[in-house]
Amino acid sequence: MAIVEVEDLRKTFSVTRPRTGARGPLALLLRERREVRAVDGVSFRIEPGEMVGYIGPNGAGKSTTIKMLTGILVPSGGLVRVAGLEPSRRRVELARRIGIVFGQRTQLWWDLPLCDSFDLLRYIYKVPAERFRANLAAYVELLELGPLLDTPVRQLSLGQRMRGDLTAALLHDPEVLYLDEPTIGLDVVVKERIRSFLAQLNRERGVTVLLTTHDMDDIERLCSRMIVIDHGRLIYDGSLEAMKDRFGGERVLVIDLEEAAPPVEVPGTRVVKVDGPRQWLRFRRADTTAAEVVAAVAARARLRDLTIEEPEIEDIVRRIYSGAAAPIDTH
Amino acid sequence: MAESAALYLRLVRAQIRAQWQYRASFVLQLFGAFALTFVDFLSVLVIFSHLPYLAGWSLGEVAFLYGTSYIAFQFADLTVGQLDGLGDKVQRGDFDLVLIRPRGTLFQLLASDIALRRLGAMAQAGVVLGFAFSLVNVHWTLGRVLVLLTMPITGFLVFAGVWIIGATTTFWTTRSMELVNSVTYGGQFLTSYPMNVYGAWLRRIFIFAVPLAFVNYFPALYVLDKRDPLGAPDFVRFLAPAVAVALLVVASRIWRFGVRHYRSTGS
Repeated sequence: MAIVEVEDLRKTFSVTRPRTGARGPLALLLRERREVRAVDGVSFRIEPGEMVGYIGPNGAGKSTTIKMLTGILVPSGGLVRVAGLEPSRRRVELARRIGIVFGQRTQLWWDLPLCDSFDLLRYIYKVPAERFRANLAAYVELLELGPLLDTPVRQLSLGQRMRGDLTAALLHDPEVLYLDEPTIGLDVVVKERIRSFLAQLNRERGVTVLLTTHDMDDIERLCSRMIVIDHGRLIYDGSLEAMKDRFGGERVLVIDLEEAAPPVEVPGTRVVKVDGPRQWLRFRRADTTAAEVVAAVAARARLRDLTIEEPEIEDIVRRIYSGAAAPIDTH
Repeated sequence: MAESAALYLRLVRAQIRAQWQYRASFVLQLFGAFALTFVDFLSVLVIFSHLPYLAGWSLGEVAFLYGTSYIAFQFADLTVGQLDGLGDKVQRGDFDLVLIRPRGTLFQLLASDIALRRLGAMAQAGVVLGFAFSLVNVHWTLGRVLVLLTMPITGFLVFAGVWIIGATTTFWTTRSMELVNSVTYGGQFLTSYPMNVYGAWLRRIFIFAVPLAFVNYFPALYVLDKRDPLGAPDFVRFLAPAVAVALLVVASRIWRFGVRHYRSTGS
């Protein structure tokens, strides 16, 4: 059974703003109400143990969805179920079974040593003493927090604090973990450490993870599946590989010839650049395969070396956002 | 219930530890609050340097009102005054952090950001109360002792109820706390003086709308054995506990309504 079920989920906010054309003091009086559909009929299911990237441009409706999944916000329509509970009605009960980490906000007690925060959370979440001790020991070791336990949170670096926040969100053994931009602002080394921790957590404890991020490396490294939304609507749900196939668009074959030559003509490709003996051939996945192109080139010229450039996942996502790629029907 | 109380104390102790890290500033604030509120009481002394009685109340009697009002108010400020920051929390989205924890929303807010420097102001109120008892001659009976002992509690509950209701408005308009403070902080000032010095419409507000007259005025009439210059029936003097409980029930309903509004609009 799915641990997260979302069906035709909707959230409409009504915002008031000055009526168009009204200026100055008039703008305060002449206001019009407008409905904003932050989430507009989104459906998906997440099975236990999945690790899913939930992405979309700013204002796409990502946080609004997460807020409805955690019970912070009440949906305007549709159905949400997390761990079998309806979040908006069973907020307190659900809170004990989920964990949340906000990359830009800490849940830790700013002026107290890190270990005090963990201790307070133990009582807030009513974690049995035995479990608490075992979990704390495990996470402190995995995230190398030992030397930091007595440091006030305000003195921790962003990366150290993030490790602390991750531990704080996991002490009560949540079945689902929501991560909102967990690697934002961190350096490469810390990012990598957090990613490998999350991968291990998912693998060894089977925690279901839903991750929002703008860093596509997070997705590539961690998520077998990604859900893309924009303007409150779901525009992609599937594996990263399938997304590359479907939206990947053009790949580039870079060839090094024995000597400089005029642009090689191969059906289904286009030479986009020539630099001495090196040439760049662009082709679409749909038209031909890399193997066919290489064979065709080898038949026409003497090859010394070649590489294939895959489109950056960022580019694909940008193309999807900008509407270059047609939305797919997921029902 | 007992478990929640234990958690509350645990969270408060954590904040004492946190604030104790800034020892010097903590101690200074404590004394600052103590000294500042004394200046407040000077205004009472100034009035009585010109008049023997204020609307039929002696200096000792007004000092009694002042002291009981202050203790009740400062206790409320200490335990629920942090709700003044709710508007900011709502605006910054920090209220979400409260909603993702498996505890009541009001409980979590009240268990955080406690301003312990208020204890300084409470100490001052105790001193003023001692001064009041040195001037007035109370004929102690069991009833009077009981009413006196319940006054800080019921007064505190009335102030707390008003505060919670006021803070709830910030779910709709994040900047309304200034207005609310004029009722809470202003109420503390107004209840330092007898109700009968005010005009009829203001009195009616403090009896029926924002029932601050029950913080100290009505119970004080009983303890000091005074006739009500306003002519309220005698049983009103004993209504404070009932008013306090009723107000808290209303406040918790309104709070829940406010949280529901937040959860449907998100800001």
